[in-house]
Amino acid sequence: MSTAWTPAEQPDSFVFDAASEEEIAGVLSKYPQERKASAVMPLLYIAQRQMGRVTGSAWVPVVAMDVIAQRLDMAVMRVYEVASFYTMFNTRPIGRYHLQVCTTTPCWLRGSDDVVEACQKATGIQHFGGTSADGLFTMTEVECLGACANAPILQVDDDYYEDMNAERTQAVIAELRAGRRPEPGPTVNRSVSAPLGGRKTLLPSSTVEQE
Amino acid sequence: MVRVIVDGTPVDVPPGSSALQACEAAGKEIPRFCYHERLSVAGNCRMCLVEVARAPKPVASCGFPVADGMQIFTDTEVVRRARRAVMEFLLINHPLDCPICDQGGECDLQDQAYGYGSGISRYKEDKRAVTDKDLGPLVKTVMTRCIQCTRCVRFSTEVAGTPELGLVSRGENAEITTYVEKALTSELSGNLIDVCPVGALTAKPAAFHARSWEYKKTDSIDVMDALGTNIQVQARGGEVMRIVPRVNDEVNEEWLSDKGRFSIDGLKRKRLDRPWVRVHGKLSSVSWKDALIALARRFDGVPGDKVGAIAGDLCDAESLCAIKDLLQGMGSSNLDCRQDGAWYDTSSRSGYLFNSDISGIDQADALLLVGTMPRHEAPVLNARIRKRFVEAGRGGFPIGMIGTPTADMTYDVSVLGSGPDTLADLLDGQHAFAEVLKNAKKPMIILGHAALTRRDAPAIYAACRDLAHACGAITPQWQGLNILHTAASRVGALDLGFVPGPHGCDAASMLRGGVEILWLLGADEVQLDRIPPETFVVYLGHHGDAAAKRADIILPGAAYTEKAGTYVNTAGRVQRAFRAVFAPGEAREDWRIIRAFSEVVGHTLPYDTLEELRAHMAQINPVFAYGNTAVPSLVGEQESGATPASVRDGTLMATPLRPVVQDYYQTNTISRASQTMAECSRVYGKAPAVAAE
Repeated sequence: MSTAWTPAEQPDSFVFDAASEEEIAGVLSKYPQERKASAVMPLLYIAQRQMGRVTGSAWVPVVAMDVIAQRLDMAVMRVYEVASFYTMFNTRPIGRYHLQVCTTTPCWLRGSDDVVEACQKATGIQHFGGTSADGLFTMTEVECLGACANAPILQVDDDYYEDMNAERTQAVIAELRAGRRPEPGPTVNRSVSAPLGGRKTLLPSSTVEQE
Repeated sequence: MVRVIVDGTPVDVPPGSSALQACEAAGKEIPRFCYHERLSVAGNCRMCLVEVARAPKPVASCGFPVADGMQIFTDTEVVRRARRAVMEFLLINHPLDCPICDQGGECDLQDQAYGYGSGISRYKEDKRAVTDKDLGPLVKTVMTRCIQCTRCVRFSTEVAGTPELGLVSRGENAEITTYVEKALTSELSGNLIDVCPVGALTAKPAAFHARSWEYKKTDSIDVMDALGTNIQVQARGGEVMRIVPRVNDEVNEEWLSDKGRFSIDGLKRKRLDRPWVRVHGKLSSVSWKDALIALARRFDGVPGDKVGAIAGDLCDAESLCAIKDLLQGMGSSNLDCRQDGAWYDTSSRSGYLFNSDISGIDQADALLLVGTMPRHEAPVLNARIRKRFVEAGRGGFPIGMIGTPTADMTYDVSVLGSGPDTLADLLDGQHAFAEVLKNAKKPMIILGHAALTRRDAPAIYAACRDLAHACGAITPQWQGLNILHTAASRVGALDLGFVPGPHGCDAASMLRGGVEILWLLGADEVQLDRIPPETFVVYLGHHGDAAAKRADIILPGAAYTEKAGTYVNTAGRVQRAFRAVFAPGEAREDWRIIRAFSEVVGHTLPYDTLEELRAHMAQINPVFAYGNTAVPSLVGEQESGATPASVRDGTLMATPLRPVVQDYYQTNTISRASQTMAECSRVYGKAPAVAAE
């Protein structure tokens, strides 16, 4: 039971745990009972996160899709279609940390190649889609993450690390390897996407007068 | 109506039509791949682009609703260039292996590439390749040819009701798959071959056998079920190569069951191609003359009432009429077309018909299935029920069932009970479903042979009829009490009065030695082991199946593709089939054999030609006067009076209804001789056995 988009090794069973069930109840309450198939994407994501929590590899095995189809009273094929269409559903096992490097034009202009290279150097991964030998990291090439003002971006699981360069990328990976998650956001001296070194406009009136 | 101007020609189309339909109404041909009249609109192939006045760019006409006064241009430079560009994209990953493709010659992509394709390709990169899928023994896949129109996905989801096909992944990696690599579990899977506009899905049994332009095409009627599906038999060099459906909205729309489509290899195997006579317990082949003389000698001195005939399920009305006339001429009234022992109310035509007509399903708003499993008894009719179920929306078409479903029905069914005693509850109004039927404007009851072949069949029929009256299913405007037959010959035989006369024996008593000479007209599904050894058995049929083994004389007849015949479908529609090929060897058309024998035995039948025979049939029952498919509504008038007392005997029993079709793929002599059907039976397995009585 293997295709281009799913691996041959699949777990034998999948059951939602208590934490997931709580989330599912919340998601399902948003939809009318007869339209509950609309919850397929949240449920796939809940399943993926549960896999990450329990096994350390956040992916959606086929058995989980079957469970979701049964839960939402829809044809299993429809769940496969959704899961295989969206790139953020991992249909193959991945490393504990999912390094998603944006290589779209703004990030690329700002040096995403260096970030990719740094990731490769720090983890030993050879190419996009690969997983490091220790199973900790998987590196994926992603398209625009929508944070171009802070390019280049390295997304680790759900967190954005912004304004990256080679050296800061290696630092982030070193932290992750040590079991710590660095504070997400800009890795340079700026607040969110405000200018480097602090605000340049709308300064307090006293500052303006001093100039 | 909405007025639309197509290329300067005003046309009126119903509101809600698409631009494509408006163009068709104006007689303009719009190229398309993904659009199909009977499926939902996907709009993903982009081939049907047209220009609409004041629209900024070409629009996909299949999904573009018309508006009053809209101006559509189907043949401008913009449109032509847009379609050429779409075609170029479609051909980027198409292998262009037309010379080895079975779709070649009847391929939408090939045809439209002639109109919009470029002579050369600008694409220098590698084409993508897709692994082929295993969809079972009937549908062959070459997925690299797929252009992802998703017609097959929509067909299996919407029409067949088995949502197993899907389009997985995205972009360049997108592919059609069942994912789990299993055979499609649908009795309609052959239609995927018809809906596929390219050569991605083709017929596996017919792979590399013939080209579409080599066929001699003959209109015919399917006999694998009682629906009377309109088919076209395509033959080459005296051999039936394939069978495809014809469009008839009143009967089969444009679908055909797998058994009707793929049993054809059974027409070439186990055939009876010369007469056989049993001499000293051993069958030996003889000439026609000797066979008929030997048979006539056996008839010598046998009183007429000791001769009987049982008709099988695949007979044409002509041979039924001939054998009936022959036996009646001899003074016998031992005739029975009900080899399964079914009981019908033969007091009027409406007693054994699907009275609302097949298309009546489209209007029904509640349905009760009694002892029938339409998915296995008439898959195309089942698709029609599903179509109604889907159209009506959630809860709009409640369906109840008395009996046990042996497979997924492809629509929601509430099982009310397993035995006919549930009908009594419905009549009392104790059951919640009684209220559903009562509230429906056009309730429908379909009574099947699981109920009609039981001992309490008259009581079940009477109860159904009472229920139909009680819930308003029988009114002057609506006749909702329907019988779903399983045998293609049955209604025609009943119309001809092929039932025991006043003192005649029925099938069961004929089999148990009620007659001295038993003529089996293609009747193979009778309990042959009950026939006592002293009964002389004549078998007139086309396959060497069970009955031929028991026969003392075998007269080789013609199968349905080899004779011109009349068939009356379950709704009473009289339809004519034409001869596509000649019967093998010495085999002849059945009615001619009977006619020839009648002369030898000294009871010459009063007709020499098919026309005379048909005129005679029309005298017996005027319904036969109607020609082929252009039959006006022949649906029997159901009297709205009370149930006749004659049928009101016996009581309803509580024993569960047992399905009549145990194995969909092996129900008659042709499908049992077919290797393709045997393979299907092996792959899909038999219907799960239901606990015995």
